[in-house]
Amino acid sequence: MATEPVPGGADPASTPPVVDAPQEVAAWEGLEATAEFKDLVRARWKFVIPATVFFLVYYFLLPVLNGVATGFMRTNVIGDVNVAYLFALSQFLMAWLLAFFYIRRANTVFDALASRVRELAGRRVQS
Amino acid sequence: MNVTLLLFLIVVGITLVITGWAARRANTTVQFWAAGRGITGWQNGLAIAGDYMSAASFLGIAGLIAFNGYDGFMYSVGWLVAYLTVLFLIAEPMRNQMIGAGSLIKILIPTLDSNLKGWFSWEVLGTKLDPSITLVGLLMMIYVIAGGMVATTWVQIVKAVMLMGGAILLSFLVLLHFGFNLGNFFTKIASVKDAKSGLNFMQPGIQYQYGKETVWGIDKALLENVSLGMALILGTAGLPHILMRFFTVPNGRAARTSVAWAMGLIGSFYIMTTFLGFGAATLVGKAHICAVGSTCKTPNSNLAAPKLAEFLGNSFFGTGGGEFLLALIAAVAFATILAVVAGLTLAASSAFSHDFYVNVLRRGIAHGEVSEREQVLVARITAAVVGLIAIWLASKAGATTNAAALVAGLAFVIAASANLPAILFTLFWKRFNTWGAVAGLLGGTVMSIWLYTIGPGFSLPVPTHPAFPLANVGIVSIPFGFLCAVVFTWIGELVRADRLAEIKFHEIDVRAQTGLGAEPAAAI
Repeated sequence: MATEPVPGGADPASTPPVVDAPQEVAAWEGLEATAEFKDLVRARWKFVIPATVFFLVYYFLLPVLNGVATGFMRTNVIGDVNVAYLFALSQFLMAWLLAFFYIRRANTVFDALASRVRELAGRRVQS
Repeated sequence: MNVTLLLFLIVVGITLVITGWAARRANTTVQFWAAGRGITGWQNGLAIAGDYMSAASFLGIAGLIAFNGYDGFMYSVGWLVAYLTVLFLIAEPMRNQMIGAGSLIKILIPTLDSNLKGWFSWEVLGTKLDPSITLVGLLMMIYVIAGGMVATTWVQIVKAVMLMGGAILLSFLVLLHFGFNLGNFFTKIASVKDAKSGLNFMQPGIQYQYGKETVWGIDKALLENVSLGMALILGTAGLPHILMRFFTVPNGRAARTSVAWAMGLIGSFYIMTTFLGFGAATLVGKAHICAVGSTCKTPNSNLAAPKLAEFLGNSFFGTGGGEFLLALIAAVAFATILAVVAGLTLAASSAFSHDFYVNVLRRGIAHGEVSEREQVLVARITAAVVGLIAIWLASKAGATTNAAALVAGLAFVIAASANLPAILFTLFWKRFNTWGAVAGLLGGTVMSIWLYTIGPGFSLPVPTHPAFPLANVGIVSIPFGFLCAVVFTWIGELVRADRLAEIKFHEIDVRAQTGLGAEPAAAI
C-alpha cells in the first residue's frame, strides 16, 4: 500500500487506498496549486485542445462530404482515382503529422515542465 | 508432411518457447500484469499494433474492401485516426496514473468471441471447426496462465512482425501483377462494378447507399458513416487490452514512443489493405471468395485475403506456390488469433482478479491484505475460467455470416459509449464521482447493445422496418453514455454519496500530468 505522499515507487499494480490520510491529500493539492504545475497543464492543453478539434473536424468532414457532395467526391482526379479516395488517404498523412508534432513538443516542452514539478515534489519530501 | 500443418506447428512452437522463457519471470503481480514495467517503447508499440490488428482487421477489412470497395476502406481510416485520441488524451495520463479501468469483462467477451469466430467461419484447415476453437483456446490459456504479460507481449510482437510480413508480401505481389503501374491497378478497380448500386469500387456508397432514405431529416447513409466513424475513433481509447499496454512501459516518453511505433505500423498496414482488399476484388472477385469450389452462392468475406494469396501463389509460382502462400497466410492468421485472444484473456483476468477480487472483495469487503502469490494465483485461475467461457461461447455461437469486422464493431461502440466517459472524466473532471462512473458504464453498455439488437444490423434477414433505423448505433449511444455519467455525477453530488472523489482528484490530476509516483524509483 502506498503510504508515501509523493515519489518513491508506489506499487504500480495496486490501486492507491480509497481513503487518504489528510496530510497526503494536502500534499497533492499543494502541488496542484504551484505555478510549475499550472504551467505544465496550460502548455499541454494549449496544444491538445486545438489539435483534437482539428483532427475531429478533418476526420468527420470525409463522411459528411461523401454524403452532401457525393458527385464532387466521385470526381476523378488522377486517372480513376477520385476525390473521395485521395481525401481518405490524406487522413493517414494528417494522423502521422499531428502525432509527430505532438511527440516532438512533448519530448521537449512538456517533459521539461513535468520534471520541474517532480523536482519540486522531491524537495518538499526532504523538507 | 503437409505444409499447412508444418507452418502451424512452427507458430505454436515459437510461441510456446516464448511462454516457457517468460514463465520463469512471472511471479509477482507487477511482472504478471505489467511485465515489470520493463517493456521498451518500440517493443510496446509493436505489441499495441499486434493487439490492435486482430483477425478482424487482417481478414475482416480485406474482406470488407473486397466486397464493398471504398466504403470498406473507411474502417482503415477510422482505426488509424483513433490513435490520435489515444495519444493526446489517454496514453501518458493512463500510464502515469494506474486507474483500474480494466474492470470490463463484459466488453472483452464479445471481442474474444468475435476473434474466435473469425477463426471459426474460416475453413482453411478443412477439419471440423469445434476442435480448432478448442485448440486455439487452450493455447491462449497456456500463454496467459504461465507467461502473464511478458509472454503475451512477446507473442504479440512475433505476431505483429508476421502480420506485417504477410501484408507486405501480398501487396508486393499484387503490385507485381500490375507491373508496378498504380494507374493500371486503379483503372482495374474502377472497372469492377457493384451489382446492386451500379457504382464502381472506387466510389463511396456501396455499403450504405446515398440518397436512398432519410432518417431524422438527414441522409441515412451519411448518418451511418458518421456514426461508424464515432465508434471507430472514440472506441479505441476505451479498449481495455489497448489501455493495459500503457502500464507496461517505464515512463511517459516510452508511452509516447510506443504510440508513434503503433501508428506507423498500423497506418502502413491499413494503407496496404488497399492492395489486399482491392486486389482480392479485382483478381479473385466477390463471386469466387468462398471456402469450397470456385463459385459460390454465399461468398465469405473473411476469405478474401487467403483467396488472394492462393491466386497470387498460383500465378507466380505454379500450383504448389498457391498452396504454400495460402498456408503461409493461414499461419499468419492463426498467430494473429492466438495472440489477440491471449491479450484479451489477460485483460479480462486482470480486470477480475485485480479490480474485483483484490480491491472490492478482499480489501473493500473483507478488509484483508492480499499477498502477491495469492493475487497472481487468482489471476491465473480467472484466465482459465475466461478462456473456457470464451471457447464455449464461440463454439455455441456457430458459424456466422457477419464479417468479423462488423462483430468487432460492436465492441468498439461499447468501448466508446461505456468505457470512454468513465476514463476521460476520471482523468480530467474534478467533480466526477462513483455514481457518474457506474451510470456511464451501465447506461452506455445497455444503450448500445439494446439499440444494436433492435436495429437493422443484428438479425438476418434484415428487417424492413427496424425499431432503430441505423446499424451503427454510436451516434446515439456514445452521447447517451457521456450524458449518464454527467447527470449521475450531479445526482451523486446532491445525495453527497462520495465526497472523497474530489479530494482524490487532486492526486490523480498531479500524477496524470507529471508521472509522479509511477516512475521507477531509480529514475528519480
